[in-house]
Amino acid sequence: MSTPRTRLTPEVAIVGGGPAGLRAASELAQSVSGDVLVLEREHEAGGIPRHCAHTGFGIRDLHRVLNGPDYARRLVRATEAAGAVIRTDAMVTGWTGDGGLEVTTPAGLAQVHAKAIVLATGARERPRTARMIPGDRPDGVYTTGMLQNLVHLHHREAGTRAVIVGSELVSWSAVLTLRHAGCRTVLMTSEHRRPEAYAAFTVPGRLGLRVPVRTRTRVARVIGKGRVEAVEIEHLDSGSRDVVECDTVVFTGDWIPDNELVRAAGLPLDGGTCGPVVDSELRTARPGLFAAGNVVHPVDTADVAALDGVQVATSVLEHFAGRAGESGGVRIVADEPLRWVSPMVHTPGGRGPTRGRLLAWADTYRPFPRVTVRQAGEVIARRRVPWPAAPGRVFRIPGELLDAARPDGGELRISLG
Amino acid sequence: MTASLGTPPGTTVVDVAVIGAGVVGSAIARLLSGHELDIALLDARDDVGDGTSKANTAILHTGFDASPGTLESRLVAEGYHLLKDYADRTGIPYEPTGALLVAWDDEQLGALPELQRKAERNGYHATEIVGPGEVYAQVPALGPGALGGLTVPGESIICTWTTTLALATDAVRRGTRLLRGHRVESVTVDGDHTVLHTSAGDVRARWVVNAAGLGGDVIDGHFGHDRFHLHPRRGELFVYDKQARPLVDRIVLPVPSKLGKGVLISPTIYGNVMLGPTAEDMTDRHDTATTESGYAFLLDKGRRIMPSLLREEVTATYAGLRAASDVSDYTIEVDAVQRYAVAGGIRSTGLTSSMAVAEYLVDLLGKAGLSLHPRDELPEPPHMPNIGEARPRPYADAERIARDPAYGTVVCFCERVTRGEIRDALSSIIPPHDLDGLRRRTRAMNGRCQGFYCGATVTGMLRDAPRRGEGQQR
Ligand SMILES: Cc1cc2nc3c(=O)[nH]c(=O)nc-3n(C[C@H](O)[C@H](O)[C@H](O)COP(=O)(O)OP(=O)(O)OC[C@H]3O[C@@H](n4cnc5c(N)ncnc54)[C@H](O)[C@@H]3O)c2cc1C
Ligand SMILES: Cc1cc2nc3c(=O)[nH]c(=O)nc-3n(C[C@H](O)[C@H](O)[C@H](O)COP(=O)(O)OP(=O)(O)OC[C@H]3O[C@@H](n4cnc5c(N)ncnc54)[C@H](O)[C@@H]3O)c2cc1C
Repeated sequence: MSTPRTRLTPEVAIVGGGPAGLRAASELAQSVSGDVLVLEREHEAGGIPRHCAHTGFGIRDLHRVLNGPDYARRLVRATEAAGAVIRTDAMVTGWTGDGGLEVTTPAGLAQVHAKAIVLATGARERPRTARMIPGDRPDGVYTTGMLQNLVHLHHREAGTRAVIVGSELVSWSAVLTLRHAGCRTVLMTSEHRRPEAYAAFTVPGRLGLRVPVRTRTRVARVIGKGRVEAVEIEHLDSGSRDVVECDTVVFTGDWIPDNELVRAAGLPLDGGTCGPVVDSELRTARPGLFAAGNVVHPVDTADVAALDGVQVATSVLEHFAGRAGESGGVRIVADEPLRWVSPMVHTPGGRGPTRGRLLAWADTYRPFPRVTVRQAGEVIARRRVPWPAAPGRVFRIPGELLDAARPDGGELRISLG
Repeated sequence: MTASLGTPPGTTVVDVAVIGAGVVGSAIARLLSGHELDIALLDARDDVGDGTSKANTAILHTGFDASPGTLESRLVAEGYHLLKDYADRTGIPYEPTGALLVAWDDEQLGALPELQRKAERNGYHATEIVGPGEVYAQVPALGPGALGGLTVPGESIICTWTTTLALATDAVRRGTRLLRGHRVESVTVDGDHTVLHTSAGDVRARWVVNAAGLGGDVIDGHFGHDRFHLHPRRGELFVYDKQARPLVDRIVLPVPSKLGKGVLISPTIYGNVMLGPTAEDMTDRHDTATTESGYAFLLDKGRRIMPSLLREEVTATYAGLRAASDVSDYTIEVDAVQRYAVAGGIRSTGLTSSMAVAEYLVDLLGKAGLSLHPRDELPEPPHMPNIGEARPRPYADAERIARDPAYGTVVCFCERVTRGEIRDALSSIIPPHDLDGLRRRTRAMNGRCQGFYCGATVTGMLRDAPRRGEGQQR
């Protein structure tokens, strides 16, 4: 009577065909005997880079500089060449009772039972509603993701005068997209004392973008009936407000992982990232379930997500070889001004995190921060690093700072200063 | 009867023109067009259900807390059953969740017996007073300090968007001429009929029904009446992420006060959780903006009622305008001489009462001389797309996907809306004219990413859809 669900039993199933998932698939396809299946809900694989028409992709993983779409195509080709199967238009909607994946595709419903599953679902920007910005609800309010989809994939127009909320790296990506669409950025707001992305000082200079940035401000209200007419800007220190006319508002950054499957699996979320808790080998608390890419660190660049794919592939192989112990390391806790640290669990004697770096998110700017690691109240490592910690951009912490951690010494607290 | 389809409305005379295609006007037009009558349904806006009927808390009320003896009390109680029955026949999504009214202090606790008696007087006998243990057993996520409660098992959640659309679609299928974008600006009398001068030309009608919601008193004034005055009472709401849904499986009501029904927490038919509404008296009848003070008020209330809810992400915020009247009951009257009827002041219960309001008003029309001959052959009521979570939706329906793969192509990932559903909405009897209309019909772009992933695709499908003219929707 009822139409059956197709049952698929690949060796590895990877949810999400962005840089992390694709790279994991191409690594694994070369090493496992069974199928490696990538499930991607979009019509095309490649993830977010598909609609980032600008350059700046592939530096750390492919050692070259590509634009987003070229980078995405290259990853897809490499994955297919390695023998992995990429199913697009395939949305994972939940879990079967016994830990398999429920999938909706135009060819019907499927259940995927794999020996290992990698979640590589990425992260998205919080839209205006999630940021709880009151006011009218006119058209012309976007996230960078939606704006780039509109302009680069659908060749549509934006307005003529834009206000960009946030000055993270991604915010400059929005400036480029708007410029491409013939829309002038009249203002960029930042809640911080200086624009978040320090690269902001070099990138815009290089590209000749002249964008006024107002620091210590926030958008307090959106004004306009059919289409945006203006935004009300509040200065955070003085409380003074003024109205800036615009017909486009882009909410950038403020990332949150696509964590639905994590929570549906009953796995704990990390309070800082809102993604799954993983150890340095990118294992979750459930054996055989892994996570990689921006779902575990919202957000870093695509190359780092891809290198997570390499890391997680090794962990999957260790799992298959029976060499992977339980994921039972030492919890890492971010202390102010760090919002999160990823991975969240340190595996003593393990391989260490991707690229030997812990990733972290700082809420205040520190030009030459001193990273301090404490265990049971004692400082076990302290080092000044020659790169800044800046809001809106991942801060990298050398993994060897955790080398002195004792397996039974309790949680590791990482802070600056 | 409906032979004049396609002729400009200004030159023909319809039997009845209904002003306002909200839930009330749509219910009236549907009922009238079950008779041998030529009906026009006008709305100033570009869509049906685009006024107060789109932005409310979407509860199908039992009427347990109405003022006993009022017309409102009677029509809410009747409307509850009529709409539930209609929902069963048309597939309007609803879910009989039940409600729990919670007392947070001694005064509120003391008010519960009186509320129960009031429910009895309203003809609703299923309430039960429960102690704090039962309150927390029913909704464990409640904040500390609840002293007791009153259960109202009949309260249900319903899809307000589909309700208006179903009634209006039914009306159109029965021959009603839907005239969107027709704002009635003035009214003149021409012999045996009334001329409605609208922003899109004149509409001539023998009888006129005013179901203009917040515009009702102004229209009433055009007919020379001065019997009720409306002002908007704004209600702001938060919709929390679907991941909050396990926190609450029924409607959590406050003890009502003089100021109104108060702030509730309720599951939505789309699988989210809602917190609201505020109640703020306004003058501007179009100001549906949300405000900082409204947000602060709701967060404050929410923190007390269900602190864990506030840790979840907010998916949407919106505001609706109740048509608050200086008359303490609905104003539903017919002037036989003017051949004019009004359904006014249908304030915070009109979604529930709409079908009963229609029956009451049409009955009055008949008594005033409108000839009501039921039509022999009526089309079946429409079968509405299921956009609720109470039943399986297309993305999870293997047979449906097997018949048409478009239902297996998810376009809006957060809300799991498929290409097939968007296509269907765009070619439906009352197709959307704008993005918000498409969102109300399908839920596309209503989810947590608000278009980050699918916004471009969805707006593209809307833009590429051929726009059909009004009146050919049969
Ligand atoms: C505007 C912008 C500009 C950027 N610029 C740069 C840059 O210049 N250089 C750079 O290196 N990086 C840049 N980035 C960052 C880069 O895009 C990300 O780091 C990278 O895409 C992360 O890869 P990922 O695989 O973790 O996630 P994603 O690329 O987000 O991929 C996740 C994939 O999972 C899929 N998915 C999610 N849930 C499901 C499900 N349930 N079922 C099936 N599939 C699912 C999604 O559709 C998506 O394709 C930019 C990002 C943005 C938004
Ligand atoms: C915050 C809030 C919460 C609520 N919660 C509930 C609830 O849980 N349950 C419940 O049953 N009810 C609830 N209600 C009440 C319910 O939403 C209303 O009673 C109902 O929608 C009224 O429908 P209507 O058709 O009278 O008005 P509307 O939906 O406003 O329709 C009137 C229409 O008339 C049109 N119009 C006005 N003037 C003109 C003109 N001059 N020419 C042409 N067209 C005109 C408008 O464009 C509009 O579309 C709530 C209301 C609010 C605001």
